[in-house]
Amino acid sequence: MTVQTLAGLDGFCALTCPQPDREICGAYVGDLLSWVMGRAEADNVWITIMTNVNIVAVAALADVSCIVLAEGVKPEQSVLDTAEAKGVNILQSARPIYETAVLLAKTV
Amino acid sequence: MSEPLKFTYSVDGDNFTSAGQASVQVKKVLRRLGLDPETIRRVSIAMYEGEINMVIHAGGGEAEVLIHEDCVEIILRDKGPGIADIEQAMQEGFSTAPDNIRSLGFGAGMGLPNMKRYTDDMQIESQVGVGTTITMRVNL
Ligand SMILES: Nc1ncnc2c1ncn2[C@@H]1O[C@H](COP(=O)(O)OP(=O)(O)OP(=O)(O)O)[C@@H](O)[C@H]1O
Ligand SMILES: [Mg+2]
Repeated sequence: MTVQTLAGLDGFCALTCPQPDREICGAYVGDLLSWVMGRAEADNVWITIMTNVNIVAVAALADVSCIVLAEGVKPEQSVLDTAEAKGVNILQSARPIYETAVLLAKTV
Repeated sequence: MSEPLKFTYSVDGDNFTSAGQASVQVKKVLRRLGLDPETIRRVSIAMYEGEINMVIHAGGGEAEVLIHEDCVEIILRDKGPGIADIEQAMQEGFSTAPDNIRSLGFGAGMGLPNMKRYTDDMQIESQVGVGTTITMRVNL
């Protein structure tokens, strides 16, 4: 499934999607950035509630397919602008982390 | 043997928002050179962890990346406080990061272990009050 397809599903929406055709493979959930870099795999969906600008660099370097911000949290516009410029997809889910992960597991 | 390609970056210790820029640049260079994605990922993450450590713990420093025929070498030098007990610093979970840094998601004490795990060789030279130099190598 592509990131664009995921963003179109009920429960998810795109905040910025500069690389819509990226394929999704698996997922990782976590807020501690070094855990994410140590454990997430390339093309994973990364589910988190962190919204500071450092998530963009982490997503780019760990090569995840997209970030999904759970609990309906929204980053500042400047973070979305940086993500757009760096080619990092950021989606949002209004649901809590666990439910977001369960929904993702059912659909991907 | 041809000369290695060499890139140098200065890592700003005051700007937490732009931290990671050198690593992002290196990733671009490696992509252009056509290295395989997993190697690029390992180099990028190891360098980013080291770069962030220089920003958080050492007030910045400089990064040098050498692309040899058989490996990528990353050298990170800072004039920060140094690491008193390297063995302790290398342990998963050990961190001296302050609360304001932890609230950004850093400070899990996983950076140095990640650098070791993602590289084929890592050497730390550090002197308290003088600074730290970390040399990492990822084989091609
Ligand atoms: N360049 C450095 N100069 C001085 N001390 C350092 C440096 N790099 C690491 N340290 C020390 O080693 C500890 C462990 O580093 P490590 O990168 O593993 O964890 P962290 O940076 O605290 O948290 P994380 O990397 O998980 O966000 C740091 O908390 C710090 O005390
Ligand atoms: Mg660290």
